[in-house]
Amino acid sequence: MASPRVLLVRAPGTNCDKETAFAFQLAGATAEVVHVNRLLEQPALLDHSQILCFPGGFSFGDDIAAGRIMGNQIRLRLADTCREFKDAGKLILGICNGFQILAKTGLLDIDDDRGPMATLTWNDSGKYEARWVHLQASPQRCVFLPGVERMELPIAHAEGKFLVRDRAAFDLLAKRGQLVLRYCTAAGDSSDVPYPANPNGATSHVAGVTDTTGRVLGLMPHPERFVTAQHHPNWTTGLANNEPHGRLIFANAVQYFD
Amino acid sequence: MLWEIDVFSRTDLVDRRGNDMAARLRAFGYTEQVRVVSARSFLLEHESFNEMVVDDIARRLLADAVAEQFVAAPATSEMLLAVPNGRLTAATVVHVLPKRGVMDPVAQSAASAIADLGHAMPHVRTGHKYWISGLSAADAKQAAESLLANDAIEQVVVGPLVVDHLSSGLPSPSVLKHVELAGLDDVGLMQLSRSGQLYLQLAEMQTLQKYFAELGRAPTDIELETIAQTWSEHCSHKTLGGRVKYTGDRGTVQYESMLKETIFAATRELRRRWGDDDWCVSVFVDNAGVVKFDDEHHVCFKVETHNHPSAIEPYGGANTGLGGVIRDILGTGLGAKPICNTDVFCFAPPDHTNELPQGVLHPQLVMQGVVAGVRDYGNRMGIPTVNGAICFDERYLGNPLVFCGSVGLLPHDKAFGQPQPGDFIVAIGGRTGRDGIHGATFSSAELTSESETLSGGAVQIGNAIEEKKVQDVLLAARDRGLFTAVTDCGAGGFSSAVGEMGEQIGAEVWLEQAPLKYEGLSYTEIWISEAQERMVVSVPESNWQELEELCRSEDVEATRIGRFEPTGRLLLKFHDQVVGDLDMQFLHDGRPPVVREARYHPNGDDTLAGDPLLDPAHSLLAILGSLNVASKEWVIRQYDHEVQGGSVVKSLVGPLRDGPGDAAVVRPVLTSNRAVVIGCGINPHYGDLDTYHMAASAIDEAIRNCVAVGADPSRIALLDNFCWGDCERAETFGALVRAAQACHDLSLAFEAPFISGKDSLNNEFSYVDADGKKHTIAIPPTLLISAMGQMTDAGKAVTMDLKSSDNHLFVVGVTLDELGGSHYALVNQLSGGSVPKVEPSPASATFAAVHRAIEAGSVAACHDCSEGGLAVALAEMAFAGGLGVDCQLVDIPSGYAQLDAVTRLFSESNSRFVCEVADEQLAKFSAAVAGTAVAKMGQVTTSKRVVIRDDEKTLIDLPNDELKRAWQSPLAW
Repeated sequence: MASPRVLLVRAPGTNCDKETAFAFQLAGATAEVVHVNRLLEQPALLDHSQILCFPGGFSFGDDIAAGRIMGNQIRLRLADTCREFKDAGKLILGICNGFQILAKTGLLDIDDDRGPMATLTWNDSGKYEARWVHLQASPQRCVFLPGVERMELPIAHAEGKFLVRDRAAFDLLAKRGQLVLRYCTAAGDSSDVPYPANPNGATSHVAGVTDTTGRVLGLMPHPERFVTAQHHPNWTTGLANNEPHGRLIFANAVQYFD
Repeated sequence: MLWEIDVFSRTDLVDRRGNDMAARLRAFGYTEQVRVVSARSFLLEHESFNEMVVDDIARRLLADAVAEQFVAAPATSEMLLAVPNGRLTAATVVHVLPKRGVMDPVAQSAASAIADLGHAMPHVRTGHKYWISGLSAADAKQAAESLLANDAIEQVVVGPLVVDHLSSGLPSPSVLKHVELAGLDDVGLMQLSRSGQLYLQLAEMQTLQKYFAELGRAPTDIELETIAQTWSEHCSHKTLGGRVKYTGDRGTVQYESMLKETIFAATRELRRRWGDDDWCVSVFVDNAGVVKFDDEHHVCFKVETHNHPSAIEPYGGANTGLGGVIRDILGTGLGAKPICNTDVFCFAPPDHTNELPQGVLHPQLVMQGVVAGVRDYGNRMGIPTVNGAICFDERYLGNPLVFCGSVGLLPHDKAFGQPQPGDFIVAIGGRTGRDGIHGATFSSAELTSESETLSGGAVQIGNAIEEKKVQDVLLAARDRGLFTAVTDCGAGGFSSAVGEMGEQIGAEVWLEQAPLKYEGLSYTEIWISEAQERMVVSVPESNWQELEELCRSEDVEATRIGRFEPTGRLLLKFHDQVVGDLDMQFLHDGRPPVVREARYHPNGDDTLAGDPLLDPAHSLLAILGSLNVASKEWVIRQYDHEVQGGSVVKSLVGPLRDGPGDAAVVRPVLTSNRAVVIGCGINPHYGDLDTYHMAASAIDEAIRNCVAVGADPSRIALLDNFCWGDCERAETFGALVRAAQACHDLSLAFEAPFISGKDSLNNEFSYVDADGKKHTIAIPPTLLISAMGQMTDAGKAVTMDLKSSDNHLFVVGVTLDELGGSHYALVNQLSGGSVPKVEPSPASATFAAVHRAIEAGSVAACHDCSEGGLAVALAEMAFAGGLGVDCQLVDIPSGYAQLDAVTRLFSESNSRFVCEVADEQLAKFSAAVAGTAVAKMGQVTTSKRVVIRDDEKTLIDLPNDELKRAWQSPLAW
């Protein structure tokens, strides 16, 4: 098949759209960035795309809560279009603020009839932080993650703490195989992960969540910020871990359509 | 009806804001028993709202269903006074609300998001609410007013809110007003200058009196304001650009324009020297300096200060300071894309314990507020903050300094703009309100303890998302060629922007057309408001519709507020009535020249006085733990330094990402490996001894920081930012002229052109103490030099962390007896001494040699020597790399001087580097540095200890852990 088309949606305050588009292009996709207003006016724009991406940034300034305003816009005005998109076997990726948006759209399957089972809330440190973290993947059926076991990627957020409503909600999400990315230590320990290895205090160190189909992924770390060797903070040691870890996520998304 | 919704954290979760505020109260002397519970509070007003609507808004929009709970009730309801979840008993409830007219971005977003839900769009105001226990109601009120709120922008209401509706703006009748100048004597003129917040000098007031007398009429209020803005120090730099008679160590010099004959002259000379190889594009004329970068792009760089506003409201001051310099980049040429930011701050030590003069905020609050302000604006704009520095000195107590810088990328064919007669004057972006009235004239005045009340209106809060929206449409419009020129609305608002753009043509302005935040602004307020996030573009009539549609499609307002008319006049109209009519030429050239005297007395004695308190090892630990040198990780981690995907060398380096990098390397074009390198130099301590050498050292430091990571020393552009005291004092101004002379001399010697600059004078704070005595605190003369270098291949960049044991360690450059103003002198309380100087010719050779060595790939790590000299450089390299060093200092190059061991360790001589070289690279390295002063000092070891010897004697032998702890602990907040 020809290279899949990615539609990246930007809102006022979205700011990772260009480098995320670049990462998709490196992986062989055709990427286009559109303003959310265009998508709201013309939902049919999605018809021509195979991948929908919500890149990082501060949509609507994180006002009220990160991702809330745009999440509401999608949920209230594009719910049917997005559900059709998903049901058609297409992919949705939300990175950082995009994950915060996704979590509020209903597309991640983290809601039940009592409302949301999980959310992304303020970091335990109470402030925005930018640092590199280690991640452990349990890909299960998530189509973005085949071949990913461990990754090192940067985070940059204030409201990235994955928090569940209660134990039952956590157990359900875990049982359904939705908790696909977790922070771990440099040594690979994913059970005891103190700050700052777990940079925000996330429940069970969860850093990324997939939906029940495995075709929707939201993650706090930024894979688009590690697509060249020189992105890595230690590339000057000469040990630069060869394949930039972020690339695989974009490559998987593109190869899914092969 | 007015409704209130309070949102607070779920019972079993931590109330972080409440805890932080309680900790702040305790830190500032309130009882250990104090407890605080917090809520975010939203006031909503719409006649159609009822309980169900408000509950729906809270549930679906304002509160997080998993992490938060809420209470929603009419604003006067008792329910809203109860402590959330009964977390406290016997608490005083305190509301902190933005004052009327202060920017409240969350309220704006909330209002339209409520409409998204399908409800009517209400008036919204947001605030914070605190329940305080452990303090009496009176103490709680006082604590809230001094520590939880800032009086400049916020109001505190204790107990129930007794408002029943929201209003904004105060109507003010717009009746044409004339101001009578005729008949005023000198005292009367100066009184008018002050009471009207014009802050013009006597000669200027006299010029105005005469000018309007000749016209046979009195000026209108708006004309006086326009002239005051245009002639303000902030906008016209009349002191530095003015006439000076300078008497210094080389006799007396008469400058017709001091800046033009020093700093500008050096750049002009370099450009002449380079001829066809000139790589400057636009210097000192546009909103930022522009130089060539690659086949398609130029890069531009500007650093601004926002000192006075930051002293009064640190968060808003820093926030809008960064917002302002970003608009400078957007307003350069036909609009550049911001690619990275820098910030440099000067504060009083945050552990200040003495009583504060009235009107001064505690330096810790200033620092926290400033950092948060820069963080929230830069991060939201999606511009990486990649470089910076913080200096501490008691004399910044009343006048903290906030330098914000931004670098932009500019296509070759968009480097210049020129408005055309007939073009519409179009305002894009935020609406105009009463915010920031008199910012330009205020920043040109001295701060007093009354500044807070007098000039509260000059303080603003930014709305970064509004500016991001403006950036998005502006760059799209640029690429479609929709406008002929652009500039930012900064100090002076429309007055400065339109005045500058129309200077060569003439303009007619329709003030009633400007979109307002609220009713009732007078025509003068509209004209001089410094409301943020506005740009002005000149748009040919044929492009207007397309521009308007583009803006509307992204929810950005674009409004025609006038037209450039070839009249040579500035005609201001309000509802068709002419309220101002000024000759452009008088406005821009009519100001009488400022004539100043400047004197410099050399500091005669250069011997280091006093006995050191500490041995070398403890001196090293004390220097690493001094505030200027200590790790700034607490600040750096709050900045997004990787957004846009071009980060190559970050601020913190090494395997644990905690070593102090020398300069940032950023690839602005994702498909190319060409990079910009950003570094800076600042050292006010040297200025206490000699501002010439302070300036020379800052230039050397800024350049060597860039060279240390791999920048080409023949492609480094410089910016100057002078922050000084009251230059009406000949000695204070003399110190500045001397620094400017150094900038001239060193720029020529290093062939590093200055491309832009800015000054901020009158950084003095005066107050009256309890005994009625007047005191003035002047800042130390402070010069920030920012450097922008370039690299052909970012892949050749090096970092300062040691890479591998058994590698060799070299010092490149000469160490001299230069402990004057050093950190060794500081921690040992020594005074005087010989200040570090720059020998341009060997320094240039050293820069070139280190660059050759890095280009050859022979350098594994490189670090510049600055505060704390060789000892600190070696220690930092060791703990950043997690490896040890074993070095011998006895043979380091020292000219012909005999240096004692302490001087070799800690002298801060300029133009020096420490290089780590692998065995197999030795030949290449030696060839690259041949002919310069270089010596091998020792080896990298696996020991994780820093061992420095002087012949047989071990001067320092300390474990990395202890060194790193000393360096990290002071600011690990």
